[in-house]
Amino acid sequence: MEWIQGVFTSSPTIESFAIYLLITVPFLLMVLGFVTYAILAERKVMGYIQLRYGPNRTGGRFGLLQTVADVFKLLIKEDTRPKLADKGLFILAPVIAFVPSFMVLVVLPYTETLTFANLGIGLLYFIAISGISTIGIVTAGWASNNKYALMGGMRAVAQMISYEIPLLMSLVGLVLFAGTLNLTEIIEQQQYVPYILLQPIGFIIFFICALAELNRIPFDLPEAESEIIAGYHVEYSGFRFAFFMLAEYVYMFAMAGLITVLFLGGWQPIIGLGFIPGFVWFALKFSLVVFVFMWIRATLPRLRSDQLMEFAWKVLLPISLANIFLSAILKELFF
Amino acid sequence: MDPLHLYQNSYLFVVVFLFVAIMLPIVALTLGKMLRPHDPAPEKLTTYESGVKPFQDSRVQFQVSYYLFALMFVIFDVETVFLYPWAVAYEKLGVFALVEMLIFIVMLLLGLIYAWKKKVLKWK
Repeated sequence: MEWIQGVFTSSPTIESFAIYLLITVPFLLMVLGFVTYAILAERKVMGYIQLRYGPNRTGGRFGLLQTVADVFKLLIKEDTRPKLADKGLFILAPVIAFVPSFMVLVVLPYTETLTFANLGIGLLYFIAISGISTIGIVTAGWASNNKYALMGGMRAVAQMISYEIPLLMSLVGLVLFAGTLNLTEIIEQQQYVPYILLQPIGFIIFFICALAELNRIPFDLPEAESEIIAGYHVEYSGFRFAFFMLAEYVYMFAMAGLITVLFLGGWQPIIGLGFIPGFVWFALKFSLVVFVFMWIRATLPRLRSDQLMEFAWKVLLPISLANIFLSAILKELFF
Repeated sequence: MDPLHLYQNSYLFVVVFLFVAIMLPIVALTLGKMLRPHDPAPEKLTTYESGVKPFQDSRVQFQVSYYLFALMFVIFDVETVFLYPWAVAYEKLGVFALVEMLIFIVMLLLGLIYAWKKKVLKWK
């Protein structure tokens, strides 16, 4: 541990690049493992909510190898690219969609000491980078040269930019209270009271917008199967398609992590239960958020296009603006 | 302990994450090339349109309301760029900056109300 500390405090060299690479690759594999089992968990949870069993054949009674088998199947599928598609952009789009979803994980503090990059502007970095994934989706929609894909891509942009505004605004109140953008410091301030209690309105708005940014039900209009087949990735097959799925779930990992860090107090234990290590607390809170994502997916129907857009601009945006000033006045009066 | 080195190393980690994130698709797709069949046929390479032969250009014209939403997005996104530094430095700036920010946001709110009344926010 001290040796790593030494690398981290000395001047960066090629060797430190190699060492970080050796740290990052196992982390990437861990994230891929999370994605594999999050997909299985999602199918299981949805199954039980809908009074079914979910996958229960491949890999024992609980279908533990179902997603692994699915990934291998995708790996050996033929990779077709339509003749009319824009070749370069078609290949580039899954990469653009995936890269930001993994890059944002670098700032999340998992325990008191385990943060890959403790940036002073951590929150801003997260939000700025995660905005790039929209470009990947619209690139896919455009490059496919397919009507459904283009419609899905355009819907995705309209939706993601509309919900990005309240998403950003809902966090300003929290930043006001915290007085910093560093995620580790934000967690340290939640030792006694998590921000979900101080910023309930901000939390609800952020949660709704996070669902919309993740393109999950009830906000999955960009890939509505029953209207536009699969939206922006209709022309993708095999492993290129898998990268869109992967990006979606890695982004879900990141969003659930961010909600845990900002509103639920990250590694901070519930008072009196401090003997349980911080990492376990982080994992518990994180799993709870992921479970709620799945629960919502299994419960709510898809919104209509006009409801979706008007909800963002006419409801969420005014409320989040009001929340900023409510927070400022509260802070002026009580802190 | 040199804060500059900590700072540099943090951003080096960001670069490493970027590198790994770009390498994963390249490695996975290159390895996949050895495993997957490659058998293109003219039918396979046509654009998918629910089994119908594709007709007309697929890059169709779009409603203007998409552009209006994009314009609104730019305005409010720039606004948040001003809000974040203010929120971070709020304790030092105090009530004067709060009132100033209130005026700034009320002006943008007027724009939102104007767009609302002009039915820009109505999705057709």
